[in-house]
Amino acid sequence: MDLISQLFILALSIFLGFALISRVPPLLHTPLMSEANAICGIIIVGALMAAGADANSPLTIFLGTAAVALATFNVVGGYLVTERMLKMFKKKG
Amino acid sequence: MNTVFVTNFVYIISSVLFAFGLKFLGSPVTARRGNILSSIGMLLAVLATLFNGHIISFQWIAIGVIIGAALGALVAFKAAMTQMPEMIALLHGCGALASVFVDWTAYQVHGTVDLTNTITLYLSIVIGGLTVTGSGIAWGKLSEKIPGKPILFTGQKWFNVGLITAILVLGVLFILNPARHDLFLAILGLSLVFGVFIVIPIGGADMPVVISVLNSYSGIVACTTGFVIHNTLLIVVGSLVGANGMILSIIMCKAMNRSIGNVIFGAFGSVVKKAAGEKKEAKAISVEDAFLVLENAKSLVFIPGYGMAVAQAQHAVRELSELMEKNGCDVKFAIHPVAGRMPGHMNVLLAEANISYDKLLEMDAINPLMETVDVAIVIGANDVVNPASRHDKSSPIYGMPIINADKAKTVFVLKRSMATGFAGIENELFYYDNCRMIFGDAKQTIQALVAEFKSSQQH
Repeated sequence: MDLISQLFILALSIFLGFALISRVPPLLHTPLMSEANAICGIIIVGALMAAGADANSPLTIFLGTAAVALATFNVVGGYLVTERMLKMFKKKG
Repeated sequence: MNTVFVTNFVYIISSVLFAFGLKFLGSPVTARRGNILSSIGMLLAVLATLFNGHIISFQWIAIGVIIGAALGALVAFKAAMTQMPEMIALLHGCGALASVFVDWTAYQVHGTVDLTNTITLYLSIVIGGLTVTGSGIAWGKLSEKIPGKPILFTGQKWFNVGLITAILVLGVLFILNPARHDLFLAILGLSLVFGVFIVIPIGGADMPVVISVLNSYSGIVACTTGFVIHNTLLIVVGSLVGANGMILSIIMCKAMNRSIGNVIFGAFGSVVKKAAGEKKEAKAISVEDAFLVLENAKSLVFIPGYGMAVAQAQHAVRELSELMEKNGCDVKFAIHPVAGRMPGHMNVLLAEANISYDKLLEMDAINPLMETVDVAIVIGANDVVNPASRHDKSSPIYGMPIINADKAKTVFVLKRSMATGFAGIENELFYYDNCRMIFGDAKQTIQALVAEFKSSQQH
C-alpha cells in the first residue's frame, strides 16, 4: 500500500481512538490501560512474519523468536489481567 | 482466492473488533464483553497471519508463543492489584521491545527500500528504544527495586541535550547511509540510554503521567513499525493505543495542573521548599472519640490515596463502610484522578475489596456535595486534599484541582506522623478547626474503628 493511503488510515485511526477513549470513565482507566497493552501486542503479526520467514540467520531467528515471545506475553498477560480486573467491578443492591 | 486479500480482510474485521472492545469499555456493564471481542479480534489476526503462506517454519514461532503465553498467564494471575502499575509498565516495555526486534529483523533481512522506509525505521527504533528502558526504569521505581525519589545529578540537562543531539546527528547520517548497520546499532543504543535518563529524574507522585506517556509511546512504536513492515493493522492499532496514552496523559496533567513538559523535564520533587510561617498545632483524636463522631454521622466520604494501598487497608475500609451503612449512614468514596500510581488505580483496589462501583465518585461529582457531608476520612492521601492549592499562590501545587475535604463538617486524617507528602509540601488542612488527626497505621486504625462498632452493637 502506498504511503499516502497509510497516512490516511493513520489520521482516521487517531480520530477514532480519541472518540472511543474519551468516553471511557475514569473508573475503568486501569483496565483500559491493560487492554491497550493487550491490543498493542498486535505487533505479534509482525513478529510471526519475522520468526517464520525462511533463510534466517541466527540473529534474525533470535530476534524473531524473542519478538514472538514478548508480543505473546503482552497479548496473553494483557487480556487476562484485564479480565481479572473487570470481573471485580460489581454493583451491589 | 488471493491470500493477501483474505489476510487483509481478516485484519479489517480485527480492527473493528478492537474498536468495539474499546467502545464497550465505556461502561462497567459491557466492559467484559468488550475484552472478549477484542481478544477474538487478536486471535483472528494471528490465525490470518499464520496461514497467509509467507510463514515457512513454525518451530521458532511455537517456542516463542509457548514461552510468552506461559509467562503472560503466570504474571496476569500472580500480580496483586496493588502491583498493577508495575505490571502495566512491564507490558509497555515488552510491547516496545517486540516492536524494536521486528524493526531490527526487517532491517537485517531487507535493509531499507526507500527514504520513507529509512525515516520510519529511524523513528521506530528511537521511540521504541527509549520506551523499552523508560518502562524498565518505571517498573523498577514502581516495584521499589530502585528508589522512587527523583535521581538528579549536576549537568543532567546538558547530558540530555548531548544525548538528543547525538541521536539526531546519527539519525541524519543513517538516513543518508541507510546501509550502515553500525549507525543503526549506535542509534538504538543511545535511545536505550536516553530512556533511562528520561525517567530517573521523575518522582513517584508523577508516575501516573509517566505510565500514560509510555503507554502512548508503545502505541506510536507499533504504528511506526506498521510503516516499516507495511502492515496496516499495526498502524490502526498503534494509533488507537497512542491516542489512549495521550488522552490519559492529558487527564493526569490537568489533575495536577501541570504541563507534560513540566512533568518530564521539571523534576518536581527536586526543590523541597520549606513552608515558612508560624508553627500551628494539629489536633489529634483518639479512635474512641472518632467512633463517637462516626456513630452519629449521616453521611461519610472516604478519600483514599496511595497510602491506603501501602497499608493494605482497603478490605478494612470496606468492612467499616458496611458497618456505617448498617448504621444508617450514606457512604461514598471520592477518587482524585491522580490518587495512586496510575490512572484508575484506586478504583481497581476498591473494586477488589468488593466495594460497589456506584459508590466510587469522581472529584467533580463529589465536590459539590462535600458541604453536606458529615465526616470525610482522608486515608493515605495528602496533596490531593490540600486547600493551599486554592488560594496560596506560593505553594507548588497552587491551582491543582483538589477534593474539598475541608468543606465537610468534620475531617479525619489517618496518618502515620506529621511528615509531609511526596511533594514535601505542608498540608494546611491538618490545622483547620474541623480537622482531627488519627495517628498510626491506617489499617490498624480502621480495624480499631470496626472493633468499636462491633462491640457497641453487642450491648
